[in-house]
Amino acid sequence: MIKEGQIRIPSGCAIAAVISKEGKRFSGEMITEAMKPMHDRSNGLGGGFAAYGIYPEYRDYYALHIFFDCRDTRKACEAFIKERFEIVKGEIIPTRKIPSITDEPLIWRYFVAPLKSELANLQLDEKEFVARTVVKINSDMKGAYVFSSGKNMGTFKAVGYPEDVGVFYKLDEYEGYSWTAHGRYPTNTPGWWGGAHPFTLLDWSIVHNGEISSYDANRRYIEMFGYKCTLQTDTEVITYIMDYLIRVQGLTLCEAASVIAAPFWETIERKTDIADKNKHIYLRGMFPSLLITGPFSIVLGFNGGLMALNDRLKLRSMVVGEKDDRVFIASEEAAIRTMEPDAGNIWIPAGGEPVIVKVKEGAY
Amino acid sequence: MGVEFIFPEFEVVRNENRCIACRVCERQCANEVHTFSAEKDIMLSDETKCVNCQRCVSLCPTRALKIVKSDCTLRENANWQNDTIKEIYKQANSGGVLLSSMGNPKPFPVYWDRILINASQVTNPPIDPLREPMETRVFLGKKPAGIERDENGQLKNNLPVHLELSMPIMFSAMSYGSISYNAHAALARAATELGILYNTGEGGLHEDFYCYGENTIVQVASGRFGVHEDYLKAGAAIEIKMGQGAKPGIGGHLPGEKIVDDVSRTRMIPEGSDAISPAPHHDIYSIEDLRQLVFSLKEATQYSKPVIVKVAAVHNIAAIASGIARSGADIIAIDGFRGGTGAAPTRIRDNVGIPIELALASVDRRLRDEGIRNNVSLVVGGSVRSASDVVKAIALGADACYIATAALLALGCHLCRTCQSGRCNWGIATQKPELVKRLNPDIGCERLVNLMNAWRHEIKELMGGMGINSIEALKGNRLMLRGVGLNQKELEILGISHAGE
Repeated sequence: MIKEGQIRIPSGCAIAAVISKEGKRFSGEMITEAMKPMHDRSNGLGGGFAAYGIYPEYRDYYALHIFFDCRDTRKACEAFIKERFEIVKGEIIPTRKIPSITDEPLIWRYFVAPLKSELANLQLDEKEFVARTVVKINSDMKGAYVFSSGKNMGTFKAVGYPEDVGVFYKLDEYEGYSWTAHGRYPTNTPGWWGGAHPFTLLDWSIVHNGEISSYDANRRYIEMFGYKCTLQTDTEVITYIMDYLIRVQGLTLCEAASVIAAPFWETIERKTDIADKNKHIYLRGMFPSLLITGPFSIVLGFNGGLMALNDRLKLRSMVVGEKDDRVFIASEEAAIRTMEPDAGNIWIPAGGEPVIVKVKEGAY
Repeated sequence: MGVEFIFPEFEVVRNENRCIACRVCERQCANEVHTFSAEKDIMLSDETKCVNCQRCVSLCPTRALKIVKSDCTLRENANWQNDTIKEIYKQANSGGVLLSSMGNPKPFPVYWDRILINASQVTNPPIDPLREPMETRVFLGKKPAGIERDENGQLKNNLPVHLELSMPIMFSAMSYGSISYNAHAALARAATELGILYNTGEGGLHEDFYCYGENTIVQVASGRFGVHEDYLKAGAAIEIKMGQGAKPGIGGHLPGEKIVDDVSRTRMIPEGSDAISPAPHHDIYSIEDLRQLVFSLKEATQYSKPVIVKVAAVHNIAAIASGIARSGADIIAIDGFRGGTGAAPTRIRDNVGIPIELALASVDRRLRDEGIRNNVSLVVGGSVRSASDVVKAIALGADACYIATAALLALGCHLCRTCQSGRCNWGIATQKPELVKRLNPDIGCERLVNLMNAWRHEIKELMGGMGINSIEALKGNRLMLRGVGLNQKELEILGISHAGE
């Protein structure tokens, strides 16, 4: 059978997220529980989590989470990483053996710092260097797959139901200030761990529910800038788009949201705030090929915050709620109620309206 | 007669029971096929002159006429076919180069017809264009590499001048001279009403049409006919014509008999003199020369107009386009080998160039591979026949399409392919006042607007079916296409999968 990456596999999904605006850290148990009432939105073929603030003792190092198909691949990959990075720690990611999760690959994590000499040599900044290394491993090194590469954050994903994946990775033993989760309903059975979500690059992580109709237009555009869509999934291309717009181009989160879920021309024409109107005209003129059409609801996680966004027609469900310093986001209100029965201010963001939550400066 | 006689291609069939000898056919036929015999009180026909333009058929009040293909044929021969033999007779008679008009009629593969479009089922919803907004607006031009901000951190508009189209279609270049004043009037008015652009071709811009400047592309071709400062400034964009799909590698020749009064003034050449466009631009023998002309035109217009470079689709089109994308041009227009013409040597039209579908696919891919796709917009023409062809072109990677034959058909052209005679009975490819007046520009404009509105609806329906609500999300979206009956190499060049994959 053709594996993910060799063929495009659309999928439906469940997403959830919780973040503390105060930067208070809490275990992954809550987000794991949140996926239970949305069980039927997944089909057991992929689940995963992204957690921010979980590696405070290694906060200055990039945490590479990698799947290997065998020991030889790991050795080869480690040798490749050593040529470019200082590895301060390399270890197996601890897991629980449970009947519902089987056939796991070798799952390792490395805390690394790019070699200064390499950076100077290639005339690249640190993030670009790490991003290129990740893209290179994932596209060129058969059997190795980097599924997380940010600082003080990590993703954990597997083939299985998300609530089982959380138990498998012992998320109850980690503490983070921001968590996102994903349950997948792919439309065939690739059974490959790399294909589960979230998808990440550097500290960007994306959980996504939907099937975008603009996929190949977006992919062919973004690949001009050094990205390689090896998985052929919507989530992957959206992650690269956000990385390109925000890190490379220097757009704000809001501006990036206005590119991918651009208001309709007729909406722009009705705007009375001339500066705002011109901004939208400019963004649509500048990045037309990064408009994303078709249904999506996404949560973009990053160090110090997250952004939730729906497609401009609001073709996927997404609900937001709040309680004290915490903000909850999920495909269904039931998931929010599981996390916090007393959550208030429950609302449904409009299509194309970004919900941006940032952690207090200095608290993460 | 005798050895020089070539049996006519068509027969005029007149139903004598219906014919009332009103002599409409006689008055309508500029080729003088029909005559009235007072002696016998009947209409006669001379089918040797008939080009099958269907004018008499369309205007006969009693529907007494039809034109049929003659069944008087030479002995069948798969190698020496009828047309081939007759062309040899013609050349033996005249010693001349054979001339033809309109697009290549030979049975080459039409890739549009081997490509199928996707639609949403289950995993993602189709969108109904009658209920939801569906955007067809496109901008053509270059995009800068990055954003810029002002001192307050606000985004600066650093986009160079762009063309805005309400839908991804423009009327392609047809010169005043090759087509009539009324045809131009209809195209200019329709483009204005539709919010798109038409193209002057290389014959200059008639003074009456300067008012449609915002919807006009002014062309600069190798003959430089009608080019002066006001002309360059009159249009919304300037097109440098390097080549034409119907006749790559050669220039043009508008015979002196078509250089009448207004045409002569507009082209800025003496009445009755042949207007000969050289094969190359004599100031462009290489790509660096093209760059100089691009910037000369930009200087002349204070960088207020995008510059289009139009080339014919030839074998190494991808490399050529890559050079043009680095020349400072804002838009590349590529004309496929099935594109139309007012007159071209038959051998060139039928044997030179490559299909636009393949040219487009390889150019779009090359520009992306080189990371310079944003330097230019791509406009393609050369037989775009319907809304589905447009959708397929956009999904292959075009920003917009040029149409010309389809527009002429809307004006009444019946594709008889004898434009070179100058006796167009539909008032399109002629300068004879009595024929030109047959084309009413008001009706012509209305029919063009109808056609484009119909296509716009169809484009929206096709997009909605795919779950796409903006044309930007269709551009280069090759996953929405599948080939059928194509071989591996063709699929590879088109960059699409086969149906069922």
